[in-house]
Amino acid sequence: MQTSTLVLFLFVIAVFAFYSSQNRSISIAGKLGGIRKLSSLPSYYGTYSVLLTLVPVLLFISLWISLDQLVIERLVVEKIPKEYVPLNTSDYQLMINKIMSISGGIIKNDSVPSWQLDAAVRMRQLSVISQWSITCLSIFMASILVYWGFRRVSENFNARPVVETIMERMLLASACIAIFTTIGIIFSVLFESIQFFRKVPLFDFIFGLEWSPQTAIREDQVGSSGSFGAVPLFVGTILISLVAMVIAVPIGLMSAIYLAEYANTSVRAFAKPTLEILAGIPTVVYGFFAAITVAPVLRDFGESVGLDIASESALAAGAVMGIMIIPFISSIADDVISAVPQSMRDGSLAMGATHSETVKRVVIPAALPGIVGGILLAISRAIGETMIVVMAAGLAANLSINPLDAVTTVTVQIVTLLTGDQEFDSAKTLAAFALGLMLFVVTLMLNIFALQIVKKYREQYE
Amino acid sequence: MSKDNRKKIRESLAKRNRSERHFQWFGKLGVILGLAAVVLLFVDIISKGSGAFRATYIQLEIEYDPDAIGVLDVNDTEELIFANWQNFAKKSLRDLFPEVTKRGEKRKLNNLVSEGAGFDFRDQLTQSPNLWGTKETLWILADDDIDTYYKSWLDDDPFSARLTSEQIKWIDQLHSKGLIALKFNTKFFERGDSREPEQAGIKGALIGSFFTLVLTLLMSFPMGVTAAIYLEEFAPKNKWTDLIEVNINNLAAVPSIIFGLLGLAIFINFFGIPRSIPVLGAIVLALMTLPTIIITSRAAIKSVPPSIREAALGVGASKFQTTLHHVLPLSLPGMLTGAIIGMARALGETAPLLMIGMVAFIVDIPGGFTDPATVLPVQIFLWIDSPERAFVEKTSAAIIILLSFLMVMNFIAVYLRKRLERRW
Amino acid sequence: MSNSKLSQSISTDGADPKISEQVLDVEKDLLSMESYSTIGNNLVEDAKMSVRNVNVFYGDKQAIFDVHMDIKKNEVIAMIGPSGCGKSTFLRTLNRMNDTIDSCVVSGEVTMDGENLYDPKLDVVELRARVGMVFQKPNPFPKSIFENVAYGPRLHGLADSKVDLDELVENSLKKAGLWEEAKDRLHQPGTGLSGGQQQRLCIARAIAVEPEVILMDEPCSALDPIATARIEELIEELSQNFTIAIVTHSMQQAARVSHRTAYFHLGKLIEVNPTETVFTMPEHKLTEAYITGRFG
Repeated sequence: MQTSTLVLFLFVIAVFAFYSSQNRSISIAGKLGGIRKLSSLPSYYGTYSVLLTLVPVLLFISLWISLDQLVIERLVVEKIPKEYVPLNTSDYQLMINKIMSISGGIIKNDSVPSWQLDAAVRMRQLSVISQWSITCLSIFMASILVYWGFRRVSENFNARPVVETIMERMLLASACIAIFTTIGIIFSVLFESIQFFRKVPLFDFIFGLEWSPQTAIREDQVGSSGSFGAVPLFVGTILISLVAMVIAVPIGLMSAIYLAEYANTSVRAFAKPTLEILAGIPTVVYGFFAAITVAPVLRDFGESVGLDIASESALAAGAVMGIMIIPFISSIADDVISAVPQSMRDGSLAMGATHSETVKRVVIPAALPGIVGGILLAISRAIGETMIVVMAAGLAANLSINPLDAVTTVTVQIVTLLTGDQEFDSAKTLAAFALGLMLFVVTLMLNIFALQIVKKYREQYE
Repeated sequence: MSKDNRKKIRESLAKRNRSERHFQWFGKLGVILGLAAVVLLFVDIISKGSGAFRATYIQLEIEYDPDAIGVLDVNDTEELIFANWQNFAKKSLRDLFPEVTKRGEKRKLNNLVSEGAGFDFRDQLTQSPNLWGTKETLWILADDDIDTYYKSWLDDDPFSARLTSEQIKWIDQLHSKGLIALKFNTKFFERGDSREPEQAGIKGALIGSFFTLVLTLLMSFPMGVTAAIYLEEFAPKNKWTDLIEVNINNLAAVPSIIFGLLGLAIFINFFGIPRSIPVLGAIVLALMTLPTIIITSRAAIKSVPPSIREAALGVGASKFQTTLHHVLPLSLPGMLTGAIIGMARALGETAPLLMIGMVAFIVDIPGGFTDPATVLPVQIFLWIDSPERAFVEKTSAAIIILLSFLMVMNFIAVYLRKRLERRW
Repeated sequence: MSNSKLSQSISTDGADPKISEQVLDVEKDLLSMESYSTIGNNLVEDAKMSVRNVNVFYGDKQAIFDVHMDIKKNEVIAMIGPSGCGKSTFLRTLNRMNDTIDSCVVSGEVTMDGENLYDPKLDVVELRARVGMVFQKPNPFPKSIFENVAYGPRLHGLADSKVDLDELVENSLKKAGLWEEAKDRLHQPGTGLSGGQQQRLCIARAIAVEPEVILMDEPCSALDPIATARIEELIEELSQNFTIAIVTHSMQQAARVSHRTAYFHLGKLIEVNPTETVFTMPEHKLTEAYITGRFG
């Protein structure tokens, strides 16, 4: 049976379990003189049965599925003559893939060596066995559990607290997914990064001035050691983020101030959602806008005034990124400005301050922590933004702080290093994870710091 | 107030009022620039992309003569597969312009129609073999260079860089005979990706996006809602809960590309899930949207007043029953709104999907959750990278479609919020 | 105001139901009246501020009806009345703070020393420097104590030098009775002070620009009795130099600090008389009902 069919079948069993237990509890209640004689409502007995059946069986199935590939692989490789088994991990993976393709029937089996064919046949047999055993085992398990649940129904057994405890545990498990995600992220970037730093020293990576990740495919190629100095990437990232901030902060802040302090309701009702459209536009669209429209316009403009603007200039990518971030800043600023109590404004206005003096000297200083927090979050966003820079910024790692030059960023390099054909253990792909680690650490610190500031600020006026 | 002070205030007034006006003016400028960016973006994309919904077609009289494509036996499937189906169109073109005899010119003439026309003939004849030997007048899709030229020519700004003067002359002639025209581009909605711009469509990407999104919703909504319920209703106030909270808030701000790395390292390399499939995309996107959904769901739960809970607990409902019977139904609209917004974000997301191989060139339209697929934003990214000019138009059109979907989703979210959300 | 709400606002606890009914009748009359006249001596000879024909609207709701009144120089005038009677709204017309509310429209004439405050040519900045205000809840800016007091003088350019400013701040704090408590912590945030100190800081801030009139909108309602007593003493001291209009919820406070008392009811100015008269033999039935505690 296919796994999906199996799961579906188990759900059918679960429905059966629910009704059988519920009906049993009702019939017991009938003999005793009404449902009130039971410790719990009939539906709780049903739910108890369902949970008792589904939770262990589904856990069992997922455990099996996550392990059976590995086990099958081991068993298959065991039977392959030693001389054919490559020691190199990537070649090994290639061999496994080939055998899988043959056994799946993707590669026609007339032109492959016999040992591969044997392995493929064995793999196929083992998969079928695995599939059958899991089907039989899980249905067997489910039947026993259904019966057990059914037997446990009695007027003295209080199913409700048990059901609720299990449910609460399940809720807790859901909440923990966030933690597992974070752990998963840390593991995925950390392990590969450690491997990378074994090949390239951490110091060279963080302080090296040259980035050219092209390593040799063959040992005998020349000039192909590759250098992994990430400074040009860091500088490029900072440069583009800076351009973005120079555009987004004033526009976002001023529009937030205008909308919160000056605009009448109808202007606000129109302008606020319209600006927020910008936040909903996918980044790939901004990338298109930057690469197809803004960059050529800037380059042509540069030509006409005699400036040499690269067609993949930091300016174009940064400017469009700035547009993307405007609504982010303006909505956070709007929030924090609106959170400043009206009594502050009244106090200032009653002193004879003009509206702008009130805003500049009282409202903004009062809202400053919130605004700074918002800007930090926006910076973290700019640093981590990928599509705009992948499409509109350069690939070559120039160490430059001139926004008219083409620079590259951390995210661009991650994408370039990891898309296209690569082998997993090469320094090139590992470098992407090292960059990912840097990106994660920096944005994490910015986020924690910024969220802390914003939280403190909110508490102050609550 | 002393005379002296009043004088000082009077004197300062002009300057202060001027700075007040400047400040307001700056504020207005900020709003105007922001709005201008919105307008510019939309005008740019719509003006670039609206053309792609119509394509240039050439009317040709096609004779389904087996000889023309070098087929001896129309029932021999092997032969039919290797037949030169494009010849139907070539022959018809040559009949239309008998004066073209030179080899090079002939090739240019053949290039007027799309390379993919042959496949259409094949499909047509495989489906209804009784057409063999008959004649049919058809509108055949033109080549992308012709399409680009014809559209720009109609706009009085001809882009002829990729055409020869003969080709331009032929198009003129076709135009004067009424044999070339712009028609609604059905292929764009019926096809998967293609190397030929005029053959490329977004159906594959749309279906891929659909599969991915459905799975994303199925994973992230239940997880998000249950996590939110736990955190709001059941979680004890302790360090662990704080840690979960900080975690969720941080995850919401982690760059999306990091989730791609997670997918690559954990799900592809460790668990061995195949690349490029919607299931994998959905796992990554679900983990990415989860924090958003948890945060909005918690806000929705928070907005249910405590008095409701107290009322339920007061009649002897358990904590769980209170949550299930009262809190959850009352906060569901808010949660749904959050879910839609999260889905809108997932629909537009590109970067993490690049990491997990959903950027492969895939012609076939995916038929299930485990078929290799691409999604709409990634398709857009792929097309921008293509050198052919005609792809710019396709890209913009795909963007228009993507944005329309997003708008519809957001409208639904706003509508839900207005209609269903209760004010307490 | 709808009738049902109106009856809610009248507390009948422990009062003679007959008298309550009478009061209700008077109130109904008041509601239906097109015009009315204020009882007592609402107009005086040497007026600092004069209010004539003033009506205030919030959107299409009228909050203040046709008020005529004078405020004498260097007097303390108290405005009392049940909540929602418009006394705070009225106070805010005196320094045009109502301008900050979009839907608010004021008609009529308010003059100070003969100058019309609602003259379009008049700059509201100058007006508010001359008519200071203290609010219900202490609202020090999130700055240091010094900066709070220096705020007004800095805005208007009243101090020519740092020494001037220091002196001005010190004097204001002294006048507000806060100097002794604050002199050692001038550069700590004003929000760190206690509620009563914060309110005195706000008073110091208001008098730092030497206004001619100080408006106080229930300045003690958020304070404990001891802090309230300090502020009341302060008001008495300040009345030697400033004209003070105070809105208060507490009749005892009005009786303690004010020279004259104005009674507002449903947006109408019912009676203005010397405080003693109002609290011993009020002329109007509604005033009597209020001071004897029949309204909430």
